[in-house]
Amino acid sequence: MTSQAPPAPPVQAIPPTAPRDAVRPPRWVVPAAGIVAVVAAYLAFRGTATLPHDDDAAPFRFVNDVRAWVDANRNQSPVFLFFVNYIRLFVGGLYDAFLLALQAPGWAGLIGIAAALGWLAGGWRIGLLSGLGFISFGVLGLWEASVATLALVLTAVLLSLVIGLPLGIWAGHSPRLRRLLAPVLDVMQIMPTFAYLAPMVLFFQIGPASGAVATLIYSVPPAIRIAALAMEQVSPTAVEASVSLGATRRQTLFKVELPMARATLGLAVNQTIMMALSMVVIAALIAAPGLGSDIIRGLTRANVGLMLPAGIAIVIMAIVLDRMTMSAAARPPYPVTGGKARIGPRLRWAVAAVLVAAGLALGRVLPAEFPEEWVLRFAAPVNEAVNWAKFSWYDVTDAIRNFITEVLLNPLQAVLTGAPWWLVTAVAVAVAWRTGGLRTAAVAAGCLLATALIGLWQHTMETLTTVLVAVVLTLLIGLLLGVAAARSPRFAAVQRPLLDAAQTMPAFVYLLPALALFGATRFTAIFASVIYAVPPVIRLVEDGIRNVSPAAVEAALSCGSTERQLLWKVRLPLARPAIRLAANQGIVMTLAMVVVGGLVGAGGLGYDVVSGFSQRTDFGMGFAAGVATVLLGILLDRITQGADRRPSPRTSDRTTTRKKRIA
Amino acid sequence: MTSPDGVAIEVRSLWKIFGPRAERVLGGPDAELDPDELRAKTGCVAAVRDVSFTVRPGEVFVVMGLSGSGKSTLVRCLTRLVEPTAGEITISGEDVRAASPAQLRDLRRNRVSMVFQHFGLLPHRKVVDNVAYGLEVQGVPRRQRHERARAILSLVGLDGFAEARPDQLSGGMQQRVGLARALAADPEVLLFDEPFSALDPLIRRDMQAEVVRLHREVGKTMLFITHDLSEALKLGERIAIMRAGAIVQLGTPEELVGAPADDYVADFVRDVPRSEVLSLRWICRSPADDEHLDGPALPAGTIIRDAVPAVMESARPIRVVEGEELLGVVDRLDILTAMSGRAGTGS
Amino acid sequence: MRIASRIRLLAGLLTVGLAAAGCGGATVDTGTSSAQPSTGAGSSAPAAGGTVKIAINPWAGYEASAAVIAHLLEDKLGYTVEKKELAEQVSWEGFENGDVDVIVENWGHEDLKKSFIEEKKVAVEAGSTGNKGVIGWYIPKWMADKYPDITDYKNLNKYADLFKTSESGDKGQLLFGDPSYVSNEEALIKNLKLNYKVVVGGSEAALIESATQAQQQKKPLLFYFWDPHWLFNKVELARVNLPPYTEGCDADPKKVACDYAELDLDKIVSKKFADTGGKAYELVKNFQWTNEHQNAVANDITNNGMSAEEAAKKWVDANPTVWAAWIPK
Ligand SMILES: Nc1ncnc2c1ncn2[C@@H]1O[C@H](COP(=O)(O)OP(=O)(O)OP(=O)(O)O)[C@@H](O)[C@H]1O
Ligand SMILES: [Mg+2]
Repeated sequence: MTSQAPPAPPVQAIPPTAPRDAVRPPRWVVPAAGIVAVVAAYLAFRGTATLPHDDDAAPFRFVNDVRAWVDANRNQSPVFLFFVNYIRLFVGGLYDAFLLALQAPGWAGLIGIAAALGWLAGGWRIGLLSGLGFISFGVLGLWEASVATLALVLTAVLLSLVIGLPLGIWAGHSPRLRRLLAPVLDVMQIMPTFAYLAPMVLFFQIGPASGAVATLIYSVPPAIRIAALAMEQVSPTAVEASVSLGATRRQTLFKVELPMARATLGLAVNQTIMMALSMVVIAALIAAPGLGSDIIRGLTRANVGLMLPAGIAIVIMAIVLDRMTMSAAARPPYPVTGGKARIGPRLRWAVAAVLVAAGLALGRVLPAEFPEEWVLRFAAPVNEAVNWAKFSWYDVTDAIRNFITEVLLNPLQAVLTGAPWWLVTAVAVAVAWRTGGLRTAAVAAGCLLATALIGLWQHTMETLTTVLVAVVLTLLIGLLLGVAAARSPRFAAVQRPLLDAAQTMPAFVYLLPALALFGATRFTAIFASVIYAVPPVIRLVEDGIRNVSPAAVEAALSCGSTERQLLWKVRLPLARPAIRLAANQGIVMTLAMVVVGGLVGAGGLGYDVVSGFSQRTDFGMGFAAGVATVLLGILLDRITQGADRRPSPRTSDRTTTRKKRIA
Repeated sequence: MTSPDGVAIEVRSLWKIFGPRAERVLGGPDAELDPDELRAKTGCVAAVRDVSFTVRPGEVFVVMGLSGSGKSTLVRCLTRLVEPTAGEITISGEDVRAASPAQLRDLRRNRVSMVFQHFGLLPHRKVVDNVAYGLEVQGVPRRQRHERARAILSLVGLDGFAEARPDQLSGGMQQRVGLARALAADPEVLLFDEPFSALDPLIRRDMQAEVVRLHREVGKTMLFITHDLSEALKLGERIAIMRAGAIVQLGTPEELVGAPADDYVADFVRDVPRSEVLSLRWICRSPADDEHLDGPALPAGTIIRDAVPAVMESARPIRVVEGEELLGVVDRLDILTAMSGRAGTGS
Repeated sequence: MRIASRIRLLAGLLTVGLAAAGCGGATVDTGTSSAQPSTGAGSSAPAAGGTVKIAINPWAGYEASAAVIAHLLEDKLGYTVEKKELAEQVSWEGFENGDVDVIVENWGHEDLKKSFIEEKKVAVEAGSTGNKGVIGWYIPKWMADKYPDITDYKNLNKYADLFKTSESGDKGQLLFGDPSYVSNEEALIKNLKLNYKVVVGGSEAALIESATQAQQQKKPLLFYFWDPHWLFNKVELARVNLPPYTEGCDADPKKVACDYAELDLDKIVSKKFADTGGKAYELVKNFQWTNEHQNAVANDITNNGMSAEEAAKKWVDANPTVWAAWIPK
């Protein structure tokens, strides 16, 4: 991550020592005056020009009409007959094919194949990990669901790669295409997952096909981005050498660029898989099969015991696929001679073949279904434990929840929803102007006005409230832990693997402990978003502080600074760009999670989306809420200067590419 | 294989302008602006400006210049790795600028190869496959191209490294691989873009010797880019000096050192040990009236350093002759002055 | 130039379209037969040994009925059952594209019936479940005892303060369940001018937990609930009287100002399943039991730590005379 924290200190970081211009007012006057003006305006106009929520707003009805039209014309309109329906059929067919292929070898056979693939990708460790991982799907009693999830992930990943890699490779060669794609991908990555779902239902109805398409949309941006990056990273001299020897474009692409970009392309595949895996779970809301539906089942019954096995299975699947693809990508493309004697390619394949054969053979002996006796059922004890925790910690959790709700959430929400819309917009525009200039201000104004126009002002404000509170908590915790890690290598060493694990987990899993402890309230969503967004924030802060130019630190030390002064006067100010980036990431991730939190009582836009696809009359509202979340996402991202400071995934450090994995 | 008129490469009024609307700059008055102004005014960079030269078959032609003077761009224009903006290029009688993509590929595959400063090897391929790459893209069958690659590898002194990976080799060895790759298709012309500047001095000297040897053995036409004057002097039969995209002087080493066209060139050659480059021609003077003209005679082309023993042994000034004609004389003092480096610029 | 290329593009599209029209295009249910890849071994019609896809809506009573039907289908008739965790209204959409064969407990949904049964003709009714269902607003009994007039909706505003929570702010809280449940709450509050806010608990479990707490700790609570439910056997509840239901008073969901109707809960199946479902369809059609039956199974699932399958098995083992009548000859 070294390259993303430019050591050049921001100008403001160094207090001006020159005597201040006597005529110019002190720096704090303008903001202070602004704040006073805003407070005054709020007090004067409170309660006027609010835009209270109306379930029956015109834009919602419009979308409902569109839906009615689509419903009526799905079997008539040529757009559907000849295009949309075919996509659905094709994707659905692909899913079926994958599912059949995965079911064909039987459960033992599939475990053997998984172990063999792991072995081929990364030696016995990964082989073992992958074999045990697959066995655990059965032990958790979720074999069928896991296979369905895997099939769905494979479908979506295959499509993402088929679309994303060529597009990315093309973009890697064509700066024009890259410029064209950049804003689109930006928006796609800021877009909270929930926003995809309603349109999917509209076009592709419920089921695996629309789940796969939603997942595809979600997981294609990293494929494109990283593939483009991979192309850019290929040594230009090697390409030039190839061309100079008279190779055609094709030859250069296949013989030079692709092989040389292999590792980075591997990262693209890895990221695509991880994104797909986290989205596939959410796609269960539109009846995508698999583990996600168990999680939804648990969520809708507030039954942690029901969803815990599914949660564990998803995490295991994520870890297995992650490690497998990462080590396959990292493997040198040729056997390393010298050093430790390595296993020759023939033996490698032989071992793999043995593993597969063993699996298949065992499959003949063992029952066709994963034996019931081997299944570990722990829903009941888990629920007991959860109940115990709930009751014995009730006072604490309740106090925390009420404190946050009464002290932070409600007042802020009262202010945001009670203030006139023009005042909120003006403040947002002013902030945007300050942080990002005219363009950002225009974007902010546009986003907020559009939100008002589609009839979701109040709910957007409610969601914004939740996001802001969650972000404050996230940053607080992230800064504390990040600073601690930067200062104590020992603490960092303990923390790293935890962060690694946390960042491999699909976002949905975070709802689990939140729901267990706090039931379904707004605070639950806040809690889940905080634990979801804190790991990357910690990382960015830690790296930012650590990468502060040693020269600056040395200079400060030589002036006799104490450790504390060093931190406050040198490290933190110099790490500001990194911290700003952390804030940006924190906000984008928090938003995504808060919206998902609609499932566990977060209200606001997330709830609109949820009710949008569970109540037909609310479809329009849900659809609009999806759009509103996107607008809110863009607004927050731009204000925190995400656009300019977002590291292109140039740094192959996984945190930076990971951090975008949202819900 | 030489073209009928005995010219391997001919370049005439070649221009390369990077940036938006390059053609417009070329046609208009802006083309005359100096680099900074041009960039400020149009956002364009004229990397190569109106360059003309010819290279004879079998010659080693060196292009020299400071960083950013357009050398790399020039050499890439020759096979259109960089598309020239204007001008003519002829290689062995073929008009390169008019070549179709297929003809161009053919040119690159069979007749002109290039060696790069940063080697440009393919790390995922074995050395032998790197060398055979050019043959591979031509569709030469595997056995044949490996055979050829191994032969070339032994020519560049890399016997036994065929199966290694490029990153297992030292820099010098890697560049040998680069050289072998360029030689594999047996091209008529080799282009070198600062091939040795990434190597440390000792290895660089080895490699220069290698090029000299190869030139003797295979007799290719070579166009050699460098910013290292001693390298240029060592290898080049003729040297072109570039500045800001244009050639400021083109001549033999002796001509450059002896008669720099301007301060830029003079600056360039200032530190050259003149006695090792210049011949007696450049320091001989007309005899003074009282001098005896019966000393030993040396041809005018004798390098000063080589003349030292003769001059030292003779009590009389040496006569510098060109055929039968007497050009002038040199005595001990003249030689010492020339060797101490700071003396005037000869005739 | 640009226009020319656009025309060419249009022409191309047209050709493709016409070509496709030749083969009729793909309607929504095209290919549904292949959409049953799992253990059904490709057999599209759920004949014996085929697959029946039952939608599972998120409340225990529904799950109880579904579990018993699934158990009988699998155990007695040799079918494979695929349970699909779906919200109520989403389940109906499954009829159209073949993702759902059966909804075992439908609460009214006249609009959906009109659209899917009458207009699209992709679903048919498969008779009553025997359960009577009614949705309403409830309070714990102690509140009704303490504030006798509270059960009249007109007095709710008077007591709004009692129901305030941190989630509802300065209004009274009306606790709601799963977002997908049949709901007129927002409209009722608006149209009856109640000073209340719907707070979504998110699940049946949240409602049950709150109701239990409300009884035990004597906490005020106003919440959405429904009968049949086993909870009525454990917690004493009183119903709040909204303006009585009259035929058609709930026709426009945005203008509702009356109580929920008492519903005869029924089963809905896809047209395709009705036509080709054979014995499985017969069984679903014959299925009919009482609220007590359902409550027993639901109670086992929720409170006795049994999985739906176990609870269903227990009931089936204990009540052979009831289900024997459902099994097709
Ligand atoms: N692709 C390009 N686009 C724009 N400008 C370029 C491009 N390639 C080279 N230039 C510019 O053209 C000029 C000449 O560059 P060139 O690489 O030919 O110099 P050089 O003599 O080879 O320098 P060096 O000794 O550093 O290799 C430079 O000012 C460079 O910035
Ligand atoms: Mg160069």
